[in-house]
Order: sequence, then structure tokens, then C-alpha cells
Amino acid sequence: MEMILEMLSYPFIVRALTGGMMVSLCAALLGVSLVLKRYSMIGDGLSHVSFGALSVALAAGWSPLKVSIPVVTLAAFFLLRITENSRVKSDAAIAMISASALAAGIIVTSLSTGMTTDVSSYMFGSILAMSREDVILSGVLSLIVLCLFVFCYNKLFAVTFDENFARAAGVRVEVYKVLIAVLTAVTIVLGMRMMGAMLISSLIIFPALTAMRVFKSFRGVVWCAGVLAGVCFFSGMVLSYGWSVPAGASIVLVNLAAYILFSLVDRAGSRPG
Amino acid sequence: MKPFIICEHVDFGYENHDAVRNLDLELWPGDYLCVVGENGSGKSTLVKGLLGLLKPTGGRLFVSEELKKGGIGYLPQQTAAQRDFPATVYEVVLSGTLGRMGNRPFYSTAERRLAQKNLERLGILDLKDHCYRELSGGQQQRVLIARALCATDQLLLLDEPITGLDPAAIQDFYRLIRKLNRQYRIGILMVSHDIRNVIDQADRILHLRQTVLYNGPAAEYAGSQAARIFLGERENE
Repeated sequence: MEMILEMLSYPFIVRALTGGMMVSLCAALLGVSLVLKRYSMIGDGLSHVSFGALSVALAAGWSPLKVSIPVVTLAAFFLLRITENSRVKSDAAIAMISASALAAGIIVTSLSTGMTTDVSSYMFGSILAMSREDVILSGVLSLIVLCLFVFCYNKLFAVTFDENFARAAGVRVEVYKVLIAVLTAVTIVLGMRMMGAMLISSLIIFPALTAMRVFKSFRGVVWCAGVLAGVCFFSGMVLSYGWSVPAGASIVLVNLAAYILFSLVDRAGSRPG
Repeated sequence: MKPFIICEHVDFGYENHDAVRNLDLELWPGDYLCVVGENGSGKSTLVKGLLGLLKPTGGRLFVSEELKKGGIGYLPQQTAAQRDFPATVYEVVLSGTLGRMGNRPFYSTAERRLAQKNLERLGILDLKDHCYRELSGGQQQRVLIARALCATDQLLLLDEPITGLDPAAIQDFYRLIRKLNRQYRIGILMVSHDIRNVIDQADRILHLRQTVLYNGPAAEYAGSQAARIFLGERENE
């Protein structure tokens, strides 16, 4: 407890905590829909694209957020389109795009500044990365995502469960898909510098998968994923502070622990007798 | 009584390729029509066209006011992702009322009651709080039919409904559809591969291969030229 109070006395940690909690909440909620629609790998692909965009921005001296948000949003559109209709299978396409973006980022970096600490922190994350501006942006983002999940919950369920039926019932499926893609893109750009390009996609995938182990209803899964994301993020930050290990990595390991715990609960629950 | 749908020389298709050509079709309330044909014969395109997701590229398509208002109860082909979806039966069935809600964000009592009624009608009320992914294929099918009936009780459009069902579940499914058709006068339009069963079940058969090869009573289909080609090919496989 004392350690937590001590943690909260550092303004940069408070910033990282508030911003990070909001980003991981968004990632978890969007993740439920993405995982169930079999788009889990999109998060991974987008984070690498985001890495590429950030390194280019850094080399050119542009503002990182202003460059990467549009680029990643564009990539999100593109990846969704590929998944729908193309000759290249979507998993292969995502792997191809993410590797290419990463490669472009690395080449630009090595030609300009070399592997500076900034670039390395984009790869593996740094809690120093959350600026005031980022926290405000995460607040706006999570407000939008929450509104989407409260007011369009039923339509989101229909789109996630059965696109064709939803379309026939007059739901504008494409609008929702684009909305999810854009929000995911922004979430990833905001969370990436803290979690790291290699680790951010775990925020999208883990809470949804963990919640699905135990909960049988969509509502339950959404709630549980949201709560889990917050709890795991906070505990991960505490661990990272206590043991002086990188925040992103410890958050991922806490998520993994939660997944294993839930799997055991599920096992125990379904055992006869 | 007026027909639900009239197609006069209708073409359906994409930009430069018509998958269905020169279709004449009348669909009346209470009809039980089955659309058969090989893969790529334009069945799925026809389904999209009738649902209004695809505009006809030629001819005239007339849809009655009743049907426009009530909508079509659509039962799409199941996807792999759906089979292990974490949702309760009630959540799935309730989502069928979505077309009635317009821009209202939440379900009202009327919609909850409708979902309840259709759960009862299909005999799956006791599964209400069960998880969709833990049901058998036949039970999942019933859930999806209940959902479709929440959208309308005028016309059901079933796209390859028996894919992935075991033989007992298939017979059960046909009995159920026949009951809905006879007892509640719900129009049925089914797209199917299962030609042998369908001849005994449906009142009318529409055989498609881009154009219409046969359109008439199911009883006379077996003796038709179209059926000989189709069934003959099947036997030689």
C-alpha cells in the first residue's frame, strides 16, 4: 500500500496510470469485437505500421501523433478491406504489411538518427512517453468508445455475431466496421509508445480471450474484459514500479497470469460433479 | 391477397456480370418455395437481391408494402466464428428485433416479449440462458430461426440451412419448417443443395442455372428435363 502511495506521488506515473488505464479499457472493449470477428492480428499489424510511421516522423522532425494517427487509420481501412475481398489471405496480408512497415521504419531510422533511445522506447515501451496531451487524447478516445458501447451496444452485438443478418435488418454494417477500425487505430497509436510496438496488441487480445474463458454471455464478456483490462494494467504498473522492470512487459505477464487463472476456473467449473 | 414479391425479367449481378438472368418469379404469402441449383448458379445472388442488398440490373422487382414494412426473416449461412460465440440464446434471439428499432438504442418491453414468444414457439425456452456455443447444431439452428421470426412472421429466407447438421437434425429441421409454414402460414423461401429431401418438403421448386430451368410444383419436378440433368449428374458423381 505504501508503495502505491509512493508511486502516486510522481506526476509522470499518475499520467501514465490514467492515460494507460483509459487506453487499455478502449483496447479491451474494441478487442472483444475484433477477437470474435477473427481480426485479432489486425492489432499486431497496426502497431508495426505505427512504429514505421513514428520513426519516419521522428527522422523528419514532425509531430509523431499527427503523422501516425492518419497513417495507421489508413492502414486499418486497408487491412479490413483486404480481409473482406482479396486473393491474399488476410493473415498472410497482415504479416506482410507489418513486416514491411517495420522494415521501412528501421531503414529510415538507421539512415537518419541511428537507434536512439526514442526508437527503442517505441519498440518496448516507456512509461515516460505519456505526455499531458496524450492523456487528454486518451480521455476523449475512451469517452467515444464508451458511448459507442453504451448507445450502439445492440447493433454492435449484431454486427459482431452475424454481419449478414445485421445487414439484412438494415444496420449500416460498414459504418460500424470503419468506426471500429478507426478507434482501434487511434488506441494503438496512443498506447504504443507506452506499451511498445511489440506488446500493444496484447491489450486488445488478452482481456477478451480471458473473459471468454469464463463468461457465457456477450454482455458478461464485455464487462469482464473492461474490468480485467483496468485491473491488469494497474497491477502491471505496480509490479513494474516495485521491481523496476519495463511496464509494458509486466502488464503483458499479468494479463497472461489472469488468462491462466481464468482457464483453471473454467476447467474446475466444467468438471463433472 | 397480393403476392409478396414479383420479379419480371429481373437480372441480378455485379458490375459487368449478371449472375441471375431473366428471372420471372411470384412469391405469395404462405408459399413454400425451394431454390435449387449447383454452386455458382446464382442462388446466393438471388438471396441478396431479394433482401434488397443488391439492386436489380434489369427488369422489374416488385415488393409488397406489407413485406417492406415487416421485412424478411433472414437465416444466413452459419460462419465458423459463430459456432463458438460467447452469447446467450436470449441475446441472439433478441437481436432479431433490431430491424424494428430504427434509431432507438435500447430494447423495449415489446421487443423482449416478442423474443420470449418466439423462444416458446420453437420450444427452446428452457435454453434461454444457455450459451450459444454449447448447443448442438440443431439447437443452434432453432435459435437462429427464432431470431429470424423476431424480425418478421411473414416470410423466412433460409440460405443453405442444413449445412453441417446431422441426419436426425435435418429431419427435425424439415418438420419444424413445415410446421411453421402450415400452422402459422409463414412463407418459406429456402435455398438448398439437398434436392432429394426438398422435393418432398416444398410446394414449389425453382431450379436456377443463371436462368430459370424449372419453376413449378414440386410434385412435377422429378419428371422434368431440368431434374433429370441435375439428378443424373449427381448420380454419376
